[in-house]
Amino acid sequence: MKNEWPLWEVFIRGQHGMSHRHVGSLHAPDAEMAVKNARDVYTRRNEGVSIWVVEARHITATNPGDKGPMFEPSESKIYRHPTFFDIPDDVGAM
Amino acid sequence: MATKDISADLFEFLLRMGDNTLILGHRVSEWCGHSPVLEEDIALANTALDLIGQTQLWLGLAGEVEGQGRSADDLAFLRDAWDFRNALMVELPNGDFGQTLMRQFLFDAWQELMLDALKGSSDARVAEIAAKAAKEVAYHVERSGDTVIGLGDGTEESHARMQAALDYLYPYVGEMFESDAVDAAVAKAGIAPDPASLRDAYDAKLAAVMSEATLTIPDDRFAHNGGRTGRMHTEHLGHILTSMQWLQRAYPGASW
Repeated sequence: MKNEWPLWEVFIRGQHGMSHRHVGSLHAPDAEMAVKNARDVYTRRNEGVSIWVVEARHITATNPGDKGPMFEPSESKIYRHPTFFDIPDDVGAM
Repeated sequence: MATKDISADLFEFLLRMGDNTLILGHRVSEWCGHSPVLEEDIALANTALDLIGQTQLWLGLAGEVEGQGRSADDLAFLRDAWDFRNALMVELPNGDFGQTLMRQFLFDAWQELMLDALKGSSDARVAEIAAKAAKEVAYHVERSGDTVIGLGDGTEESHARMQAALDYLYPYVGEMFESDAVDAAVAKAGIAPDPASLRDAYDAKLAAVMSEATLTIPDDRFAHNGGRTGRMHTEHLGHILTSMQWLQRAYPGASW
């Protein structure tokens, strides 16, 4: 019998954050308890306004060994960065 | 209009509120570093800290109402067992993790109802403390209730332990709903509800959670009492106070 609770990855949107950020992981028996545990473990210093949890096994990740073919081709394509434009202040955070 | 001075009764009422959270907060803090898993350890420590924070407010106001210059710290650390007004349930030993969470739920469910009523208190200071504490307690009761359900409706062993915990603790539930002259006085002044008036809602909440937890609530309504009136405490309170108060007793006025 497996006694370990499943692993959950925790994402928190901070007070001024625009999007949820990965903050760490924890164990919990189910999704509801994972949210509660995340609240207790990761927001006790008033860090967050929203919590997402996802069971770690549902995350599909790139293989570290594929780093070359996955990411290197974009290194030389600086023209893909829209740094040649002046962004009006009114646009706000991008 | 000649109104009887309510401050003695209010002081007594505030001690009852503050001593419940103080003693339970201390009890729960005993789990710090000992919980079965890290997540529960932190969650219990958070609960304990919430309760100690509430204690500062209740006992702080108690000292103010008493008017003898005693601070929340004075009341917490310099009184003896016979001056404490907490219900007996909160001073009972933690037992196993399941028993601790069962006690937590039985207390949280009462506290949620009490604070909800106190939010409408005629005393603005009481209403203010209740509004702040109610947010914390809404989370406590959700967490302890879910854990009682998870463990009650869990394995054969966890179920047996939770049933044993309920059987052991249930005779301490009734005290939280007893009314005496102090309760009558603060109820008449619109400061606090008559505790007995909260029992029906409490029973409904308990029945819902215990049924989901597949646990059986004992039929017998016998209730141990004496804690909240100060008539008598269990042998356990003195032991809590020795560890809680020794520093201020050994080094009076020490601060850091």
